[in-house]
Amino acid sequence: MTRHRNHGLGRLVARRLLVLPVVLVAVAAMTYLLVAVSPFDPMSAYEAGSAGLSAQAKDEIRAAWGMDAPTYLQFLHWLGNVLQGDLGHSRLLGGQPVLPQLGARLAPTAILVGTALALTLVGGLLAGVAAAAFRDSWVDRAIRGLSYVSVAAPSFWTGLLLLWVFSSWLGWFPAGGSANLRARDVGLVDPRYLVLPAIALAATQFAWFAMFVRNQLLEVMREDYVVFAQAQGIGRWPVLLRHALPNALLPFLTLAGVHLAEIVGGTILVETVFSWPGLGQLAVEAARAVDLPLLVGITLLGSVTVVLGNLLADVCYRVADPRIRESTA
Amino acid sequence: MKTPLDVLRRGDTDVASGTMQRAPATRTPPARRPRRRLPNPLRGRWGVLVAATVLGLLVLGALGADGLRPAADLRSDLDQVLLPPSWDHPLGTDAAGRDLLTLILHAMRVSFTVAALAALLAVLLGGAIGIVAGVVGGAVDAVIMRVVDFLMSQNHLLFSLLIAVLAFPVAGGAGAVMLAVGLTHWTSMARILRSEVLTLRERPFFHAAIGVGAGRVHLVRRHLLPHLAPSAALGFVLLAPHAIFHEAALSFLGLGLPPDNPSLGTLVAAGQQALLKGGWWLVLFPGLVIVIASMCVGALGDWWRARSQPRWRSELEL
Repeated sequence: MTRHRNHGLGRLVARRLLVLPVVLVAVAAMTYLLVAVSPFDPMSAYEAGSAGLSAQAKDEIRAAWGMDAPTYLQFLHWLGNVLQGDLGHSRLLGGQPVLPQLGARLAPTAILVGTALALTLVGGLLAGVAAAAFRDSWVDRAIRGLSYVSVAAPSFWTGLLLLWVFSSWLGWFPAGGSANLRARDVGLVDPRYLVLPAIALAATQFAWFAMFVRNQLLEVMREDYVVFAQAQGIGRWPVLLRHALPNALLPFLTLAGVHLAEIVGGTILVETVFSWPGLGQLAVEAARAVDLPLLVGITLLGSVTVVLGNLLADVCYRVADPRIRESTA
Repeated sequence: MKTPLDVLRRGDTDVASGTMQRAPATRTPPARRPRRRLPNPLRGRWGVLVAATVLGLLVLGALGADGLRPAADLRSDLDQVLLPPSWDHPLGTDAAGRDLLTLILHAMRVSFTVAALAALLAVLLGGAIGIVAGVVGGAVDAVIMRVVDFLMSQNHLLFSLLIAVLAFPVAGGAGAVMLAVGLTHWTSMARILRSEVLTLRERPFFHAAIGVGAGRVHLVRRHLLPHLAPSAALGFVLLAPHAIFHEAALSFLGLGLPPDNPSLGTLVAAGQQALLKGGWWLVLFPGLVIVIASMCVGALGDWWRARSQPRWRSELEL
């Protein structure tokens, strides 16, 4: 039985993992193309730091950098480096190699994304069940209204309003940063610093989940087996939670995969608002300083994360739903 | 009293199943990608009317900014720094003593213009790419659609950031925002128009046109474009809220519109500094305009889509 449960799953994962390098190369090619067609010239960026170079010196520097080679050769060279983990050096961070720097900033962002994702899923689930259980009551209407507004509200604005109310006014939470700057050895992050950014990040996405759960539940509640359970005299909540909810939840995981991209991208804005020392803030700093190796590195890392997240969601979905599992095995 | 939310009671149909027959016992597995749609409180006749009125007022305010509150009044006045909303300054003043309402009216004009042009760019780009994919077909189509699939699974802001940085030196703030939004948001439009082209290609009139010897350019211009125009127009409206959001986000990060020609996002960023000194109105009001504008445009887009393209619900993830 257990063997049967995972039949075909290994093959699926293997196939998707095989595609991963292709995706990585495609992303790299696309980013490279963007930089290549843009008017950005590394020479003039370099020149800004050291004035008065002769034309001959410039040519020599270009040649030393390999900039006299055809574009496709430059691309292949760069791609080879990227695949070996060499993303170049960051001007912003004093000429250090990019990859180790990304690694150092990964943990805070991962914690923020993880917390926000958990908040989104749990909050969306609770709100969706509540809205479905009290359909058309004021609870339902309040949740739907809130959902609609929260999706339209940009996360940086929500974040600033949270800061104003809970930090400036009520003083419940610190205004920004994360505790790990001061207490390097004591755990990673002080939870008090995490609350507001995680809420701001989750607020942009939770509505999709709440409305999704609500609509799925209301749809499933019409099925024969649910009607039969109700006819048996089983109480309202057991029917809702034990009979209807599991079936309503199946595509939830895929939705989580889809919205992971939004949450990862959302860190750019939220980390900037809350001075959260993660990759999102670093991306903005790199963008303001036109530090391309760093910015490209973060973009690549972000899109690979999203691809992996989607893969993970797919795998979980297949484990959870036997019908899908059999149709693709 | 009827609130906008009351409209929901009638209009809300648990979205897809409202009119469907009960599903058979052996249900086919649900689609791999769940729908991304929210019930919209601004729907139904009254909701749409409210949305259209509010949006109309905002646009009028933006267009009439010079008449209502001339930019010449925007002198900094150090006696009037960070005043809360009052009769003279309905939305308060900023850290330089300028009237926030005046700032917002002018910023709205900038934001709406940039967002509209950005959405237009996305539609044109997506339309061109989608038509090429549909008309040429084959390997070109396959490659284009893989790129579309990939881009649609990604977050747009990451790539917007990169594009805005690269385009900034030549295109300026507004141009960079337009390019960033246009180059990331064309995908859904391309997907939709491609599928429409594929359908149109099977229609008798198209075969007839080929039969009488019409060339490719003529076919696209006379037989495809007129059929695609309504969808493109709808796509423009549906993309507009995204464009508003992205413009605001990039400007907020300091990569879009500069402080001397502020957009709504720039104003929020400026308000950030004042927030700790108690200047909540500098953040609340510009952001509120962003929220209201995108909700109203979204509501109108939803309404139009429901009337003209009910099938898009499942296909479109803008």
